[in-house]
Amino acid sequence: MDPTPAPDAHGLVVDDLARRFGQRWAVARIGFTLPRGQACMVTGANGSGKTTLLRCVATALKPHHGRIRFAKVDLWRQRRVVRSRIALLSHATRLYEDLDARGNLRTWASLGGLEADIPDLLQQVGLPPSRTDPVKTFSAGMRRRLALARVLLKRPDLLLLDEPFTALDPEGRDLVIRLVGELQAQGTTLLVATHLPAVAGRLCAHHIHMESGRITESTLPNTVKGAG
Amino acid sequence: MILFFRQIVAMALKDIRVELRSPVRVFGVFFFSLALIFMVAFAAGSTTKILQQIAGGTLWLGILLTSSRSLDQSFAIELDEGALEELVLWPVEAAAIFYGKAIANALVLLVVACALTPLVIAVFDTPIRGEFWQLVLFLVLGCTALAAPGTLLAGITSRARGSSVLLPLLLFPLVVPALMAAARGTTVVLEGDPMGQSPGWLGVLVLFNAIHWSISGVLFRFVVEEA
Repeated sequence: MDPTPAPDAHGLVVDDLARRFGQRWAVARIGFTLPRGQACMVTGANGSGKTTLLRCVATALKPHHGRIRFAKVDLWRQRRVVRSRIALLSHATRLYEDLDARGNLRTWASLGGLEADIPDLLQQVGLPPSRTDPVKTFSAGMRRRLALARVLLKRPDLLLLDEPFTALDPEGRDLVIRLVGELQAQGTTLLVATHLPAVAGRLCAHHIHMESGRITESTLPNTVKGAG
Repeated sequence: MILFFRQIVAMALKDIRVELRSPVRVFGVFFFSLALIFMVAFAAGSTTKILQQIAGGTLWLGILLTSSRSLDQSFAIELDEGALEELVLWPVEAAAIFYGKAIANALVLLVVACALTPLVIAVFDTPIRGEFWQLVLFLVLGCTALAAPGTLLAGITSRARGSSVLLPLLLFPLVVPALMAAARGTTVVLEGDPMGQSPGWLGVLVLFNAIHWSISGVLFRFVVEEA
C-alpha cells in the first residue's frame, strides 16, 4: 500500500456527477478534482448548472448519479458529519429578517454550538456592531456582508460561494476577496460560481466553464466534461 | 446530546425573539378569537346555563381556528429567505428544529389562550368552580397537543401552494380527539367537576401529547431533508 496519498486525495473530487430537474439534466455527468486549499471559479451563462453543482457539493441536493468526495469522505452518505465543515453562501441570504445583525449571528452561533466574538465579526465585515434595527431594513449589500459574517463564524474547510459579489460595491468586493483569501490561506478549499471572472480571478487559480450542465473549459486535473 | 438540547433552546428562543420583534401574529390571532367569542356569546343569548355549557367549547374553537394561522406563519419566517435550508446545512438536527419550533408555537398558543380565558369567563358569566390548577393544565396540555402535530403539518404544507388552506384541512381532523378532551375537560372544571371527570380528560391529553410529540419529532426529518 502506498503510504503517501495522491496530491488530490484530500481535496474535492467530483466524480461522474449528474443531477436533473424533471426531464432536464442541470448537471450532466461531469467530473473534476480540486486540490485541497485551492480555489476554483465556475463560470457560465444563467442555467448552465453552476448553482446546481454548488448545491450538490453543499449536500443541499442529492446527486442523481455519481458522487462527490471531500477529504476522502462521500459527502452525501456522510452528510450529517461533513455539513459542519462545509459552508454555502448562496443567492438568498438565509437570514432572519426580523432579528438584528447581532441576533442573527448569536442564533447561528448557538445553533452550531460555536463560540464567537460577534461584535468583532460584524466589524470585520464592515457592519456597525451597535446597530439594533432588524435585517429587513438593511440594504442588499449589508445583508450580503452579514451572510459573509456567518460564513466566517463557521470557519469551513470547504467554502462554496454562489455569486458572492452580487449587490456589493467595489469596497465590499475587496472585503470579500480579503476575508475569503484569509480563510483560504488557512487551508479552506474554495469553489466560486460567478459572472465576474475578473474579480473572482483574484481569489482563484483554477477555472471551469459550464454550458448546459457540461464543462466546456477547465484548468483542473481529472476533468470529465460530461455527457451530451 | 448537549448540542441537541442547545439547538432546541436556540430555535425556540429565535422564534420567540422574532415574535417579540414583530408581534403581528399574536395580535392578529388574538383579535380573531376575540371576535369569535363575542359572536358566539351574542348568538347564544342571555341564558346563563347555556352560556356556561358552551364556554369551554367556544374557548377551544377560538384557539383551534387561530392556531392554523399562527402555525402557518411560523414557517413563513424560515422560507422567506431560505433559512430552513441553511438550518439543515448548518447543520441543525431536524428533530431539534421541530422541537424548538413546536415549543415556540405552543407558547404562542398559550399566550393567546391565557388572554382569552378570562374574557370567556367574563363574557359567558362562568366563574371557575373547579380547581384552578386543573384549568391551567388543560390550557397547557391542549396548546401543546395542537402545537406538535400542527408544527409537523405546517412544515409539510409550508412549501405547497395554498398552504394556509391545506394546513387546516390536514390539522383539524388529526387534533379532534385532543380538542374534544380539552373542551370537555375545561367545561367540567368551569362547572366544578362534581363527578370527578377531569383526571380522565387530562389523561387523554397526556396520551395524545406523548404520541404526537414523539412521532412528529421523528417524522420531521422527512419534511426538511431530501431523501
